[in-house]
Amino acid sequence: MEIKVLGPGCAKCEQTEKIVKQAVSETGVDAQITKITDAMEIAKHGIFVTPAVVVDGEVKSVGKVPSEEEVNAWIEKK
Amino acid sequence: MKERTKLLIIVLVFLGCYCIPWGDAGIRRSGLEAFMMLQEYAREHVLTCLIPAFFIAGAIAVFVSQASVLKYFGSTAKKVLSYSVASVSGTVLAVCSCTVLPLFAGIYSRGAGIGPATAFLYSGPAINVLAIVLTARILGWQLGLARAIGAVLFAVITGLLMAFIFRKDDATRATGQIYLPEEDEKGRTLLQEALFMLSLVLILIFAAFAKPAEGATGLWPEIFAVKWYITGALLVGLGFMLKGWFVKDERITWVQSTWGFVKQIFPLLGAGVLVAGFMLGRPGHPALIPEHYIQYLVGGNSVWANLFASVSGALMYFATLTEVPILQGLLGAGMGKGPALSLLLAGPALSLPNMLVIGGVMGVKKTMTFSVIVVALSTIAGMTYGWLVG
Repeated sequence: MEIKVLGPGCAKCEQTEKIVKQAVSETGVDAQITKITDAMEIAKHGIFVTPAVVVDGEVKSVGKVPSEEEVNAWIEKK
Repeated sequence: MKERTKLLIIVLVFLGCYCIPWGDAGIRRSGLEAFMMLQEYAREHVLTCLIPAFFIAGAIAVFVSQASVLKYFGSTAKKVLSYSVASVSGTVLAVCSCTVLPLFAGIYSRGAGIGPATAFLYSGPAINVLAIVLTARILGWQLGLARAIGAVLFAVITGLLMAFIFRKDDATRATGQIYLPEEDEKGRTLLQEALFMLSLVLILIFAAFAKPAEGATGLWPEIFAVKWYITGALLVGLGFMLKGWFVKDERITWVQSTWGFVKQIFPLLGAGVLVAGFMLGRPGHPALIPEHYIQYLVGGNSVWANLFASVSGALMYFATLTEVPILQGLLGAGMGKGPALSLLLAGPALSLPNMLVIGGVMGVKKTMTFSVIVVALSTIAGMTYGWLVG
């Protein structure tokens, strides 16, 4: 699966990226994590407030740092 | 932080240590001024003003629902509402520049369009709670008020001008679904939230209550005499509110978000104060840059002085809030009040690095137009203010 972490590089975005990476390595799912920092690219996803997480093209969270349990739930369903 | 950036910082610090003639009398005086100014901030402003302001900023970031504000930026929102919300929403949305740019790009390309987007970009950095509090506290309430009013008023004008100039291509923007943070149930009434915010603001006001002039009579000296009792009572009230109305998780997120702002802003502000002290010194104490240069360039209230202030403000990069100590130094060295407002308005809204980012979002032509409008309006605002107070 493909996971995108969107945010221009503020502290919250980095925290989000860390949590997502940890969740992926702990659950062992095959996922590719990309970080999107370009403001225009973020806007193209229809996202106004960062950090945001997109899993397989589906916007999962916007404007907050998700908890690890939340991230686990998103990636385990697949 | 990238490794390359770290290397660059170390090299610059090294070159500074190596090359600056620290033994020179002028440099010594400037170095001393830098730390005297830092001490002034530490003694006068940190405990009673900055720390409460950080807690307020943290509370706003956590407790004020972003979704309720953001819905006015959608492409279907009423224009009047979009513009008015865009020009004031910086108070709750724009404490950190990292939320400003994605939001700007979003409003521009997916939401209410170029007008509200540029209005938000202009007013955001000037009217967030930390900027208003610090400006009013250090540069005087008149300038703080002028900054807030000027930012809101000219944000609307900037937005309308941009929307008018580029009215044709607004139709070509992409439309599509937009995602906003969900509005979550909080289990508090609006009145409770308002009371909570109000007591935070009152704590800030009373804790930072300035000593009235010697011999003053009436209400102010009386308030000043009991200010710590009022502050204490408010703190006790706040404690009860926190215990009764908030769950543990909310209290933790509040402290975390406050701590986030502290980490992000304190080091930069400290560095900004040191640089301002080194270059300009405290009011009445000359430092590295001779005062007559400042008076020559931005003294008085001429068109030239205001224009120079807003152009240099538009090009210079100010890290969050550092515009305040720099202006304090400049004002102390003889800058006029009008040019000070020009710089306060144009400075945080624009900088060379952020022009590049804005250019990436809306193209060179629109960015240039936006910059010219910002500079022109800031100059006019400065002249008007200089004329009013002068």
